[in-house]
Amino acid sequence: MTAQLSVPARRVRRRGGWTAWAFIAPVVIYLLVFYAYPLARNVELSVRDYTVRSFIDGTAPFVGFANYRAVFANPTFGPALLNTGLFVGVSILFQFSIGLALAVFFVRQFPLSGMLRALFLVPWLLPLLVSGSVWSWMLNSDSGIVNSFLEAAGIGQINWLTSPHWSLFAVLIANIWIGIPFNLVILYSGLEGIPLEVYEAASIDGANGWQKFLRITLPLLRPVSAITILLGLVYTLKVFDLIWIMTRGGPADSSTTFAIWSYRLGFGSLLPDFSPAAAVGNLLILVALIFGLIYIRTQSRLDPA
Amino acid sequence: MRKRPWWKTVVGVILTAVMLFPVYWMINVSLTPARNMRKSPPNLIPIDATLDGYRRVMEQQLPFLGTSLVIGVGTVLLTLVLAAPAAYSLAKLRPRGGSALSFVLLIAQMIPAIIMAMGFYAIYLNLGLLNSIPGLILADSTIAVPFGVLIFTAFMSSIPDELIQAAKIDGASVWRTFISIVLPVSRNSVVTVSLFAFLWSWSDFIFATTLDGGGDFQPITLGIYRYIGNNNQEWNAIMATAVVASIPAAVLLLVAQRYVAAGVTAGAVKD
Repeated sequence: MTAQLSVPARRVRRRGGWTAWAFIAPVVIYLLVFYAYPLARNVELSVRDYTVRSFIDGTAPFVGFANYRAVFANPTFGPALLNTGLFVGVSILFQFSIGLALAVFFVRQFPLSGMLRALFLVPWLLPLLVSGSVWSWMLNSDSGIVNSFLEAAGIGQINWLTSPHWSLFAVLIANIWIGIPFNLVILYSGLEGIPLEVYEAASIDGANGWQKFLRITLPLLRPVSAITILLGLVYTLKVFDLIWIMTRGGPADSSTTFAIWSYRLGFGSLLPDFSPAAAVGNLLILVALIFGLIYIRTQSRLDPA
Repeated sequence: MRKRPWWKTVVGVILTAVMLFPVYWMINVSLTPARNMRKSPPNLIPIDATLDGYRRVMEQQLPFLGTSLVIGVGTVLLTLVLAAPAAYSLAKLRPRGGSALSFVLLIAQMIPAIIMAMGFYAIYLNLGLLNSIPGLILADSTIAVPFGVLIFTAFMSSIPDELIQAAKIDGASVWRTFISIVLPVSRNSVVTVSLFAFLWSWSDFIFATTLDGGGDFQPITLGIYRYIGNNNQEWNAIMATAVVASIPAAVLLLVAQRYVAAGVTAGAVKD
């Protein structure tokens, strides 16, 4: 198979070296101008002391790592680190387990299963700003439907968005809701790849449903699970719209993550602090890249093509 | 095997109803008259429904919707023009350094948009691209282009080499082969990439709020945001806007469900 394929491939390569690059050149230029340059600009922002004024006249002094030191020393750093960790960790835990349970539920066909599974995609397709506004109103203290259910159940009113104890919970609930479809779809496709015969053999050996799940489903699904979780980590680190529309990271810093903090420094006030904002952003990139590289390594180990 | 399928259908319907309750609630609130908005407990079904909210959308939000449409179409075109030829080259012409490029594209997808926005802001400020539609199209396309190249590459790799060889023997140039053979064969992936490029740019809020905060033409996400930000208590109008802003997603799901599922999976797991 490989030998057969490599002959035409090599012929094409010899003939089309320049042509091949001509097809790629637009994307390469695009990446340089619209990815590499903004990122480089971001690094530059973070090692200089930029203000709105120096943006225009170009006279920002070089300050080295001063912005990063200032960020680490900032009283928001601790809460932001904790909130980012909790937000990402708890989101993934629930998105993954609920997504997996649903995937197991849906993988054996039943009447309407295809249609219902498609409907589950809706939360993932809605604009985040739409989901954020809907959840804001549902979690409204006085007029929200969630509190009126809680009151009917005798629990009483919870200030989801305005109490520092609950704001992180509130954005977590909304984010878990948004992330379930993604986990469901990927895990479902992973489950479809497990041959039915394995389950039938286990049934003949007398395994019950729970044993089959623990001994067959989980181990055989491990590679797909790893990819789902790693991608989830990368996506959840990026979440901004949802938190911003629901709580703006508040009250105080109670739901501020790194993405929110970076935005607030750079764009959240009339006197933007671009340089510390860029420093926070670069820290965020660093974390995202670490998970990203683990993801790419996991994926290429699965699929050494 | 199929002992209790109807029992599962009942459970499935209940689960779906719970999952979609926020969507139902959005529609319900969009139809609620202003005087009932603070009612406790709220009406679970739209008993005396009103279209006031939608009337407000028609009066105030049409320019925003139009802008979003223009930006969405622009993003789709830019993404296709950039991504499809590059993917063809990566899949079939296999230039030296091609795998390095694929790697860079994978990495590019991981970079949080909020950080890209900051870099774009600094550049656009000098170029005068702030608050402009082309500026937003360019920024929005950065979300879709790496995804597009990767999806197209995965798909075009599966086109048989014989097909391309045959075109070559008939005297077609590489460009002609790409336009007349490869693109028509790849139309499924063209649909998938276009759908997602449109949906992402339609949903974009980060680039809109950072790069187009004071523009004359603003997308619908900023329309909703300004409604809420003005401390507007007319939640029926806000939710009506949200419903209208969700239409592309609904259409997508109805018309192109299999492409959506394909896109979600292809982004994560190569098959």
